[in-house]
Amino acid sequence: MTAGLIVFYALATLTVGSAALVVTRRNAVHSAFFLVIMFMGVAGLYVLLEAEFLAAVQVLVYAGGIMVLFLFVIMLVDLEERGKIPRRAARSRVPAVAGALVLSGLLVALLLGSFVAAPYAIHTTGSDALRADGGNLEAVAVGLFRDYVLPFELASVLLLVAMVGAVVLARPRL
Amino acid sequence: MLTMNHFLALSLVLFGIGVAGVLSRRNVIIVLMGIELMLNAANINFVAFARFLPQPGVIGQIFPVFVITVAAGEVAVGLAIIISLYRNRETINVDEYDILKG
Repeated sequence: MTAGLIVFYALATLTVGSAALVVTRRNAVHSAFFLVIMFMGVAGLYVLLEAEFLAAVQVLVYAGGIMVLFLFVIMLVDLEERGKIPRRAARSRVPAVAGALVLSGLLVALLLGSFVAAPYAIHTTGSDALRADGGNLEAVAVGLFRDYVLPFELASVLLLVAMVGAVVLARPRL
Repeated sequence: MLTMNHFLALSLVLFGIGVAGVLSRRNVIIVLMGIELMLNAANINFVAFARFLPQPGVIGQIFPVFVITVAAGEVAVGLAIIISLYRNRETINVDEYDILKG
């Protein structure tokens, strides 16, 4: 039981537990809270996977930006959780259970396959190459601004389009 | 010993929870949260491949940056659509968004 395994199981329990709570809470604000916990758990997993820049981006963008948007809109529109509109009957759970069973079957297949073949050891070639490049941040920066600069610029255009679109859609009708 | 399969299994479980949330909730905001769960599961997959396999290299960490970017844009537009829908229909119950139903 290495330290990495202990940390992984702790973070995995936190992430999966809070994700399960996100999709089951009746109160949307509770769901948003557990979604923030899940994002933090995923950021911890990124640090465990030696992707520190990505962990920082995850916390800043997801927990710091997207969740603020979610909470604003929940406060604006979710009248059921504020008790102003009575709740209706829930819909059938069959599709959700079917989807969960299919994915559980995939999980079982994955785990059985990993026992038949030799399991992957911690292969450090990938992270050694990253470290040789001068560390995680430098490797990501070189990749973003040299090899993948076109998708990077297109992503910024996409964000501009999304911003304009959101403002137009949410504009008050005068 | 921590292997890549641990992270792939975690990503699969997270994705399954996201799918279950999208399919079974009436509140459209919770459906959006389920979509975010699925995107995070895919990101964990990418980063696990970057860490454990020599071949994809650092792109396994760059691509999730783009996924997070697109997710942010998608959430912004999606929530604006929800606000617009709420103004017109006074509900956030996905079962009541049925104007296009035949």
